[in-house]
Parts: sequence; C-alpha cells; structure tokens
Amino acid sequence: MRTLIYLFIGILFGITMFKSEAASWFRIYEMFHFQSFHMYGIMGSALGLGIILVQSIKKFNIKSFYGEKIEFQTKEKGFKRYMFGGILFGLGWALAGACPGPIYTLIGVGSLPMLVVLVSAIFGTFLYGLFKDKLPH
Amino acid sequence: MNWIYEPWPWYIGGPMITFIMFLLIMVGKRFGMSSNLRTICTMCGAGKKTDFFRFDWKSQRWGLVVIIGAVIGGYIGSHFLSNDLAVAINPDTIENLNTLGFESAGKTYLPTELFGNAVFFDIKGLAILIIGGIFVGFGARYANGCTSGHAISGLSNLQLPSLIAVIGFFAGGLLMIHVLFPLIF
Repeated sequence: MRTLIYLFIGILFGITMFKSEAASWFRIYEMFHFQSFHMYGIMGSALGLGIILVQSIKKFNIKSFYGEKIEFQTKEKGFKRYMFGGILFGLGWALAGACPGPIYTLIGVGSLPMLVVLVSAIFGTFLYGLFKDKLPH
Repeated sequence: MNWIYEPWPWYIGGPMITFIMFLLIMVGKRFGMSSNLRTICTMCGAGKKTDFFRFDWKSQRWGLVVIIGAVIGGYIGSHFLSNDLAVAINPDTIENLNTLGFESAGKTYLPTELFGNAVFFDIKGLAILIIGGIFVGFGARYANGCTSGHAISGLSNLQLPSLIAVIGFFAGGLLMIHVLFPLIF
C-alpha cells in the first residue's frame, strides 16, 4: 500500500516537472539569462508556500498521516562543501539543463540521450564517494 | 479541463511542488531527488569500494519508487496530457540560441541538437551530456542535496547551509551559461 502511495507521489511529481516545463533545457537556459519570470515564479512560489507549510507543521506540531511525529533534517553546518558542491552542481545543471528530478522525468518522456546523463550522474555520485575524504568540507 | 493540456503556468507548477513536498512529509519522508543516485550506487555494489556507499539501501527503497513514478509521470505528461510539446521561451532567448547553433529553440521541449538520437554519433554533444551528468551527480552529493533537497526542502526549513548551496547552484549556472557557453558552442 505504501509503495503505491510513493508511486502516486512520484507520478504527480513527474507530471508536474514536465507540464510546468521545469524539465525543459530551454527554460533553464532562459532562467540563467533572466529572460523570463517563469522558473523564478515556480521556485519562488514553491518555496514561499513551503516555508509556510514547514513552519506551520513545526509550530502546530502536526502529526503525519500515520500519527507519527514529523522530524525535519537539520543540515550539518559548514560552508565549503555547500559552496563548492553547489557551484559544481550549478555548472552541470546549466550544461545538461536538468537537475535530478527532471532527469528521471525526461527518461519517461522518451529521451534516450537522457539515459546518458543519468548514468553519468550516477557515476559522478560514485566519484564523490571515492574522493570524499580528500575534498574540503 | 482544457487547461491541463496547455503548459502549466508557474502559479500552478510551484504550488504543485509544495503539495508534493507536503505529501512526502505527511507520509514521514522528505522531498529530495539526488540521494537516490547514491542509493543506486550502493545497489550496484559501490559499498565494496568505499564506506560512503555502505548502508542498507532497502531503507531507501521508497525513494526509488518515487523516481520510478517520476519516469511514469514524464511519460503520462508528454503522451497523454500535452498537445504541443514546444516550449514558448522568450523570443530574445530563441534568437540568442539560434546564434549558438540551437535551431530547435522555441520549437521543441528539449534541444534536438543535444537530446535527439543523432547525439550518439556526435562526440561533442555526447561529451556535453556526460560531463553535465557527472557534475550534477558529483556536485549534488558534495553539496549534500540538489534543487529539491536544498532550494525547496532545505530553504523551507530555513537552513543556512541550503542558502549557501543555492547561491552556489546559481553561481555555477551563471558561470556556465555566460562564460563557458560562448567557448563551448
């Protein structure tokens, strides 16, 4: 049952990424040229509502659908890993025109070359695991 | 219901993303897409190489189900919920892309120059996809999250590290588009 719920959420996410055009390489390119409000509107409204959502859950101590306490992850403090990792991610995001969510979505759309991006992203993750201890964090 | 066949405006897409995060939080999970790449590494046996991949991947099976759903959602969105796949980007952007050699700008969902099957015979195009993918995977894990995990989940939880990461995402993206693109294309 829970598996079906996760599948449903994923389907909703894939449809949203595709239909909102957040999965379009062109939209990402346009965003980095500041030539449209579209992507900023998507991320801004998602974030604005997200802040209200998360802060309300915390303030009113809302329980999950299963009656459990909701825990939010606190990100480990630091600067270097977030800035350096962020810049590397941004370089790839702009070049491939897709972040991880849209990569999965676009495979469903039927783009075979996107499989190359996915396999490369998995390999990139593996490389991070190999060199993790040598990198500044 | 005709609106559903049109591209969704930002004020539908954005709130839908928050709704998806809401659903994941309410079933006791979190909204983050790149950690699945690590799970896949572990499933493929990367734990034999380094500790980073030594964890019980079965505990992350829910995330894999979500991304399988995302693949299906992409299929449904493009095959059943769209009439026209062209993305109506700014005419200035189209002109700009045309000068870089992207003739498909404004006509398709993805540039056929990079995502059409002809790219398999184009060393440069293939290299772009591979390098782009490696940076996405490496960067996401180094920064401990991607657009969903930091820009939406982390910032919604008012996490300073997520703000630093998002500033990094944009710095990297701007550097690529404005400085490196003219050299590459």
